[in-house]
Order: sequence, then structure tokens, then C-alpha cells
Amino acid sequence: MRRFAALLERLAFTPARNGKLRLLADYLRDTPDPDRGWALAALTGGLDVASVKPALLRDVTTARVDAELFALSHDFVGDLAETIALIWPTRGSADAPRLATVVDTLHAASRREAPQVVERLLDRLDPPARFALLKLVTGGLRVGVSARLAKQALADLGGRDVADIEEVWHGLAPPYAALFAWLTAAGPRPAPASDAPFRPVMLSHPLGAEDLARLDPADFAAEWKWDGIRVQAAAGNGRRRLYSRTGDDITAAFPDLVEALAFDGAIDGELLVRAGHGGVASFSDLQQRLNRKSVTPAQMRRFPAFLRAYDLLALDGRDLRPLPFTERRAALEALAPGLDPARIDLSPLLPFATRDDLARLRDTPPEPVIEGLMLKRRDSPYLAGRPKGPWWKWKRDPRLVDAVLMYAQRGHGKRSGFYSDFTFGVWAADDTLVPVGKAYFGFTDAELAEIDRWVRHNTTDRFGPVRAVRADPDHGLVFEVAFEGLARSTRHRSGLAMRFPRISRLRRDKPPREADRIETLEAMLPPGTED
Amino acid sequence: MTLRDLLTPRPEGLYCPAGDFHIDPVRPVARALITHAHSDHARPGHAAVLATRETLDMMAIRLGDDFAASRQPIALGETLDLGGARVRFHPAGHVLGSAQIAVEAGGRRAVVSGDYKRTPDPTCAPFEPVACDLFVTEATFGLPVFRHPDPADETRKLLASLAQFPDRAHLVGVYALGKAQRLIRLLRDAGHDAPIHVHGALRRLCDYYASRGIDLGEIADATAADRGGVGGAVVLAPPSAFGDVWIRRFADPLVGFASGWMQIRARARQHGAELPLVLSDHCDWDGLTATLTELSPAETWVTHGREEALVRWCALNGLAARPLHLVGYEDEAED
Repeated sequence: MRRFAALLERLAFTPARNGKLRLLADYLRDTPDPDRGWALAALTGGLDVASVKPALLRDVTTARVDAELFALSHDFVGDLAETIALIWPTRGSADAPRLATVVDTLHAASRREAPQVVERLLDRLDPPARFALLKLVTGGLRVGVSARLAKQALADLGGRDVADIEEVWHGLAPPYAALFAWLTAAGPRPAPASDAPFRPVMLSHPLGAEDLARLDPADFAAEWKWDGIRVQAAAGNGRRRLYSRTGDDITAAFPDLVEALAFDGAIDGELLVRAGHGGVASFSDLQQRLNRKSVTPAQMRRFPAFLRAYDLLALDGRDLRPLPFTERRAALEALAPGLDPARIDLSPLLPFATRDDLARLRDTPPEPVIEGLMLKRRDSPYLAGRPKGPWWKWKRDPRLVDAVLMYAQRGHGKRSGFYSDFTFGVWAADDTLVPVGKAYFGFTDAELAEIDRWVRHNTTDRFGPVRAVRADPDHGLVFEVAFEGLARSTRHRSGLAMRFPRISRLRRDKPPREADRIETLEAMLPPGTED
Repeated sequence: MTLRDLLTPRPEGLYCPAGDFHIDPVRPVARALITHAHSDHARPGHAAVLATRETLDMMAIRLGDDFAASRQPIALGETLDLGGARVRFHPAGHVLGSAQIAVEAGGRRAVVSGDYKRTPDPTCAPFEPVACDLFVTEATFGLPVFRHPDPADETRKLLASLAQFPDRAHLVGVYALGKAQRLIRLLRDAGHDAPIHVHGALRRLCDYYASRGIDLGEIADATAADRGGVGGAVVLAPPSAFGDVWIRRFADPLVGFASGWMQIRARARQHGAELPLVLSDHCDWDGLTATLTELSPAETWVTHGREEALVRWCALNGLAARPLHLVGYEDEAED
């Protein structure tokens, strides 16, 4: 448990992806089975243990610690699990249980027994391990590790491609002994799930001006790039599953769509929500269905999910991936009429002859949830990963606003010593600035140095690594901010959230009073979300 | 004589009427007795200063040779009569030269601990418990959540990270006096014998520690380190340097902090620490309560820190205690 706790602590404080990968791969290499497998399960959301309510944990603690001292401590620390981990009166024992023992103990406990079981474990663990235990039983390690990142670490550990890990992942269960045996060359490759397995997806490259100039329109098919969630719908042997593009099983959240997977094979497509008028709803409507373990009938009625099919990877036991796109597409078009059109429909192929046709299509999409074009080589097989050449994405030009720099935060690693994370705002009705987003890229090194200098010379307040800067109508720094879309959000004071914001230009020429106003952003909200 | 007559809290600091002196005053006074050389306890401008030789030397290094009109060294364990009071300095285990000051008059004894710790520290003499009627204790980490881990474990954490990220300079923010030298010594004791780089602000104090017989091994100037040149070396600097352009000389530094505050995750985040090391020169909760239990003074005064919690603990354990509310001490000091 000590090593696992130490890993969690390092992960929580390590901002960079590469740093996290190193920490994970080292831990998974150096930790014996089955501890590493349970750690992997905990990090990827695959560990299911009896949960304990925070109020119960507080009660077992104040039975041992003076309530007033506990309250003073909780006030100071902030986090309940952290307070309990630190204040728990024992010092931990020499025979502290390993992670696997803790997991076995929790698995064996009923819901009613769980608080007492946790109490006995707290007595035997040291403070970092107590913190890890409390986070396990209250749900949520929150160390910034996605399942995708964990799979990449596994790939690094075994010297394999992450697609190889994704392909076998669904045949596996914690504590993943067979997986580790394979990755450490001590065992055979585990068999992928035999029914409705995941097939690693094919991804595209952004189309640059030079790529466009070199491209022969006759070699390519064009489709809309839909602004939803790329998924894979797989069915076979009586199983129906929906996977994210990284192979996470999201079946449970979409029973309405999964019910319609009446075929034997795998369809690659875009998960979208149907709008009232029969068209496609905005991304923010789709978000109401995302990141849920389950879904209510009301949510399904209000935000009905459907699949817009792009490709067919397997059918009736035959792997179609080696076939050229045109043949896979023909098979998909033959399959589609037999499926429920309310739940599965085809992403249409777009007629075009020239590059200019493509440019026109890109600039005038018929629906707001289209974020550009996809161009696919007609003769290309379906290849896992992101091969350059067969598939291009050509996104619409981003949305732009002029916003005023409000706060700057110091960067880490290669950006140490530079203020490199910027919070910017626009003018609200009362002529104060309201923050609308945060960006930390899009500028050159020279621009970063310039902004950093400006921040240092215009600081009005400091909060740890953050500085507030001058942002008056006549004195401040204006950024042109590019972003992909806008949604309502209760998490931000402005009530808006930007997708993928970045600094596209420094507007040294522009006084802050001429920056955009909140009304401008509100007008950019997709239809149906204006309030 | 009441304890209040023996030591009186005044705006300048604790005052002893019988000996006509202040202890660690925060404003200039005629005669100051200084427990240790940290800047919130050792301020410039007093007419006369009495302190250990190390404290006087380090005050001169930090404040300039003219920090006081006159100065007088006193050895640990040495007794001195000042007016109607008898004073004696005892080791506090906080930093090199740090002392508790025992004051006796009218048959009563008060001990002003200054800052102190009970954890062994290879760079200074260990805390010596002194029986007394009145104990004036600090409470910097006076909450039961502060239970400092074994310093050797925290040192191993740093070395493990160096092994995992051998290309990244490991910059550790430290208090320039005490913490820096203690961490260097801990690293040496853990077998790390590569040169350790220090920010200019630490250099003279490191040299001074070495001159007092504390072997710090090879110390290099971080000032001379060019971008990427030091690779995975340990570099110590005052935390203020991390907000400064100074840090840009390192290509991809991994920033840590060595401080008791690192125990609290929110604090570590506020500091932007990638590697928080819980290393404190103060008592943790167990150290404070063990000391009060051991001394069991007739009265305890609690100053700078989380006074309320420690006073509450005293009440629960039948000890008379009150908060002193002295101003001017850095409750949020970098330790």
C-alpha cells in the first residue's frame, strides 16, 4: 500500500504527461503481482469496492479524536480524507497490509461492515496509505490519470503500441496477471474478448495548405466531420457494446443506442444526440449524456443518442479492415437499411470534383454541429493509430474573440520561470471583466517571453503562483483567442465554457476597452442554448 | 513574583523587568537576547545583543556587520547574571546556534523556547528539556494533522526522483538558514556524494556551517550552471527564486519544496511543488505535546502558530495554558 500511496502522491503533483507516464511505467514494472494489477484497476476506474459515506468516516474519527481539534484541523486542511489520514491517532504498523490485501479485505466486506473494516485498516496504515485508502472507498483518486494514459504506460512498459493494449484490454479483468505476464515477456498475448471485441481505431491528421495542394481529389472521398464523440459499436455472440475511441467500454450509459446494434460486427461512427427537429443537437446536449455510469429514462427521452456510421470494420465473422475504404463503405451501405434509422444512420458521402468544391463545402456546412470535412483515401485499408496520408481532417476556421488578460500562472518544467497559463475575460454588462477561459498555448517562445515581461511589470496582486495583472479599459493586454465552440457552463462565473481555447495573436494595437463583450460570445452559442 | 512579573508581553516582544531585556524583540530595543538567527527572531537595530556565537555570526552574515551597536556571545550551558535576573542558554535543536533562553528571578524560572524541534538533526545540538515554571512554546505546526515523517524517508523520496528523472535538475526550495544545510547533510548521510548546487543566497551560510565543522561535501554555485548543464543535479534555492527569471537557467527543472507545510496538499499546490518534501525544523504536534507532557510546567504560553489548538490540548490534559498573541513572528514562514 505504501508504494501505491507514494505513486498516487507523485502523480497528483506531476503536471506533465511524460512525467506521469514514467512514474506509472516504473511502478508497474517494479511492483509485484497482484498489487500492480489492483493499482491499475484503481487508476482506470475498474476497481469496484464497497463505498463508505464521508459522514461515517467523520464519525469514526471523532470517536477517537477530540471534536474541536478535529474541526480546527479540518478547517485548516480543507479536504476531509486528508484530514482523517493525517489526524488518525495511530502511527501505522510495521506489518502494514499490501494493496492486494486491502482490496481483498474491502471486497469481502458488506456495505454495513465497510466502515468498521476501514477503521481497522486505518489503524494499520501510515498517513499516505490512509489517504489512498480513504480516496478508494469514497470514490475518486483524482490524480489526473486517464485510462488512456494508463494504457500508454502499459505500452511503454512492454515496448508495444498502445493499440495492442487496447485490442486485448476487454478480454482482461483485474488484477491483470495475464497482461503483465505478456508485457514482461513471461507469457503469451492474452486473447481479446471473444464477443464484441474492440478494434483499435484509425485517426486522421490535420490538413495543411501544402497537403491540400498535393492532394488529388480523385483519390479521396469526403464526409462531414461531426462534432460528437467518436465511438465504435460492436456486436456478436449475443453481446452488444459501445466503446470510446480509446477502447473504454461506455455501453452502460447508452442503452437506447446499444439496443439497436442488431448486427454481428463493428461499426466506426460518431455518437450524437438527436435534436427535437430531427437534426443533430449541439455538443453541449451530448455532454448531458457523457461521463455517466448509468442513465435515466428522462435523460434518454430528452437527449436521445444515435450513431452516425462512418465505417464497417467487421461483419459476420469477417475482418473488413484490410479492404479498401470503398469496399468497406459499400458493405456499410448494404448493412444500414436493416438497422433502426432512428438510432443508426449513414454519414453521407459528399459529392465534389475539385479542391475548390471542398473549400466551399467546408465553409458552408448545413448544420452547426459540423466542424469541418473528413477526407479519406478511397484505396486505403483501415489502419490502427494515426498513419499520415490516408485520412485528413480539414476543420472549419476557429471562432475568434478579443479578450483581456486577467490572471497569469507560472508554468512547470520547460516553462519554469515563465508566466505561461493565462486567464482572460471579456466585458460584462456592468463594464467589469468576467473571465471566460484559460489558455496556455498558441504563442511562440518569443511571444511568451514578451507576455511574461508584461505580466511582471503589470502585476496588481499575487496568489501563490498566480498573478493578477492590470486590466483597465485603457491599460491591459489583449489577446485574440481562438476556440472551437462555446457551451453553457455552471462551472464558470461567465456561465460559458470554451472548447479548446488558445491564444492566436497578441493584439498589442488594441486597448482593452475595444475587446469583445459577453453579448458577442452569447451570440455564438449554438441554437437552443441561448437561454 | 508572579510569572507575569518575570516575563511581560509587550509590543516589542517578551520583556524581563528584573533583567531589563527583551527576548527576540520585533522592534529595536536597548538589550535583546536572541534565540536564533532566523529573520523574524533576529532583527537589526538593537543597541546590545546577547546570543550564541553562531547566532551572532550568522546575524552578521545576513544583516551586515553593523546589525547591533554591541554584541556579546554566550555559550550553550553558560550562566550569566543580568541585573536581577539569571539567564542561561540551552540548545533548542532548531538550527545551528539555536537556543532556548531560561530566565530566573525571584525563585521562578521561565524558559522561552524560541523555535525548536525534537527530531534528531545532524547540523545542530539536540533540544534539551529544562524544568521550569513557565514554558513559552511556539506552535507553528500546532495542529494534530502535523506529524512530520522520518526525514530519511523524505530524503529518499528526493533521491528516488533523481533516479527516475536523471535528466532534470531537481530544484528544491529551502529556507536559506538551517533547512538548506540540514537537507544537504541528510543527502550526504543517504549516500548522495555528487556536488550539490546552491543559489547565491545560500552560499555564505553553507560555507559558515562548514567552517563550524558540519561537513556538507562538495557545494557548487548554481549561478555558474548553464542551461541544461547541471542535468539531474540537486539545486537548492530560496523559494522566491522560483518566481524569478533565475530559474530559466535550467532546461526542464523539477521543482520541489522542503518544508513542514508540504504536509498539506493544498499548500504544496499553492507553491507549485512537483515534489513536496515534508521536512521541518519545528516540532510537529507529537513533538509539542510530548514536550509539554515531559516538562509539565505550572503555566504554558503559546505563541506564533496555531495557538488555539495547542491551548485546547492543554485544557484536555490538565495543563494551564494561554495564547500569547505576539505579533511580528512569521506564522507562515518558509519553514
